[in-house]
Amino acid sequence: MKRYAIIGNGTAAASCIEGIRSIDADGSITVVSEEPHAVYGRPLISYYLENKTDLEHMHYRGSGFYEENCCQVIYGARGVEIDREHKQVLLDDGSKLPYDALCVATGSRPFIPPMEGLDTVDKKFTFMTLDDTLALEQAVNNNSRVLIVGAGLIGLKCAEGLRDRVGSITVCDLADRVLSSILDADCAAVVQQHLEAKGLRFLLGDSVALFDGHTARMKSGAEVSFDVLVLAVGVRANTELIKDAGGNVNRGITVNEKLETSLPDIWAAGDCTEGFDASTGENRVLAILPNAYMQGHTSGVNMAGGAAVFDTAIPMNSIGFFGLHIMTAGTYTGEMTQEKSDGGIKRFFVDDGRLKGFILIGHTERAGIYTALVREQTPLSEINFDFVKKIASNTVFSEEIRKKKFGGVV
Amino acid sequence: MKRIYVNEEWCLGCHLCEYNCAFANSGLKDMAYALKDKTIYPRIHVEGDDKITFAVSCRHCTDPICVKSCIAGAISKTDGVVKIDRSKCVGCLTCVLVCPYGALSPGEDGIMQKCELCLNNACGAPACVTGCPNKAIVYEEREDKQ
Repeated sequence: MKRYAIIGNGTAAASCIEGIRSIDADGSITVVSEEPHAVYGRPLISYYLENKTDLEHMHYRGSGFYEENCCQVIYGARGVEIDREHKQVLLDDGSKLPYDALCVATGSRPFIPPMEGLDTVDKKFTFMTLDDTLALEQAVNNNSRVLIVGAGLIGLKCAEGLRDRVGSITVCDLADRVLSSILDADCAAVVQQHLEAKGLRFLLGDSVALFDGHTARMKSGAEVSFDVLVLAVGVRANTELIKDAGGNVNRGITVNEKLETSLPDIWAAGDCTEGFDASTGENRVLAILPNAYMQGHTSGVNMAGGAAVFDTAIPMNSIGFFGLHIMTAGTYTGEMTQEKSDGGIKRFFVDDGRLKGFILIGHTERAGIYTALVREQTPLSEINFDFVKKIASNTVFSEEIRKKKFGGVV
Repeated sequence: MKRIYVNEEWCLGCHLCEYNCAFANSGLKDMAYALKDKTIYPRIHVEGDDKITFAVSCRHCTDPICVKSCIAGAISKTDGVVKIDRSKCVGCLTCVLVCPYGALSPGEDGIMQKCELCLNNACGAPACVTGCPNKAIVYEEREDKQ
C-alpha cells in the first residue's frame, strides 16, 4: 500500500487528494495542516468580512471530505525538514511522517518588508488566512481608522470587506496605481475612482517612512492617523522545505508540467510553486486558485502512478469591488485595442495575430470566450475579432467549430 | 448521459427557451405571474447575428474547468451534471472568466446560477427543450468521450 504525504491543507492539497483517489483507492494519505481548519476557500476571507459568506459556507469541500477519501489530517503541525534518505518528513512536533510520494503544497506567506517603528503599532494584521481574518474582525469597530499598506488584490479585497465595519480606510502603495500587478494605468484610474466613490482614500506612489504608535509618517511628508494596520505588501512562496532538501527553487519551487520537483518522489503544487506560464512561455509564480486546483490534481494523479500533464496555466483574475467587476488574463504585450462603452472598458492585447491578454472592467459577460482565445492562442484570422471585441460571442466561430462545441460531447 | 444539444440550423431566434428556463426555475405555477414585466435571468441564452442564431447553455463538460476554478468550491459534478451550490457562491464570477462556452451568467442577486438540466425543479427534464417550437435544441444521448 502506497503512502502519500501532503504538506499543506489548502486548495492544492484538496485537489491532490482528489487526484490520488482518482487512481488509487487504497493508499494511505496523510495531510499536514498548519492551520487548525479543514480546507476552506482562502479567497473567501474578504467575503466573510463583507457578510457574503460565513464559516459554515467557507468550507471548500463537504464535511465528510477527508473521511470519504480515507485521509488522515494532522492539524496544527508544520513540516520542517524532508529527510530524503529515509523518505520521511520531520514535523515541528517532533514526529516523522514517512512517504512513498510526497506533495509539497505549502502555499505562501505575507511578505513584510522592514519598516521602522512597526513594533510600536499595537494592532497590526496580515490578511492571508481565516485566523488573520477572525483576529482582524475582533480588532475593528465602527469608528476604527484603518490603514492598509498595499493596494493590490489582497489589500483592496480587505478594504472592501472592512468598509461597512469601520470608520475610515486609507490605502497606500509604493506603486503609483491600484492593482498594479493586473491593471495598466488607465484601467487602474477607473477602478481607483470607483473605489474612492465608495469611500476609500488612497496615498499612491508613497510609502511609510516611520510608524509611531497610531501615526504613519509617509515618505511624502503626509501623516496618517490610524487605529488598525493591515500589511498587504505582497506574498512569498513557502519554498524552504524543497530548498533545504537540495531541490531547485527560484521565486517558487521549480516544477515541470507533471508537477514534479527536481527531487525524486516529490511533487509540489499551488502558490508555493513556479510553473509554466503558457501566455509568456516562461516560468513564473501563478498564485491563483484555479491554478492551485489544477496543479494539485495533476500532482495527485502522477503521485499515484497516472500520467497527467498541466501545461495550460495562464495568469487570470476575476475580482469585483463594490459591484464593479474586473477580469484580466494573459499578458499585456503587443498592440492594444480598446472598446469603451457606458460603465465599461475592454482592452485587448494582440501580438502576432493572436490574443495575448485582456482587461475587462464592467462588461464581463461570456469573458471565458476571450480567456479561451488567450489560452488556446487561436489565430484571430480564423474568427471575426472585430465583432467579438464588442460582444463575446460564439457566433464568430465557424459552423464546424460550433457544431463540435454545442452539438457534441465536450 | 443525456445532454442538451444545439441544432443551430433550426433555431428561429425566438428566445422562447429563455422564457421557459426562467419560468421553470422560478418555482411559480403561473408563467405570466412569474415573468410579466420582469427582467428575466435565464440559464440559457440565444446568441447570434444577422445570419445565425443558437441557444447556449451549460455543456456539462467531461472535464469542467468551472468546477476546478471555483474559489468557493461551490460548483461540483455529480452523475454527469455540473451543479452549483448557490449558498456557497459569493459572486466572484471566476466561472464566467474560465467557461470557454460563455455558458454561465449570474442571477438577479449577483450569485451564479446555471443550467442543471431542470433535474432540480418541477420539470424533471429541460424546459427549454420541451418548449422549443422547432427542435433547435434537443435533450438526448450522444457519443461520450469517457
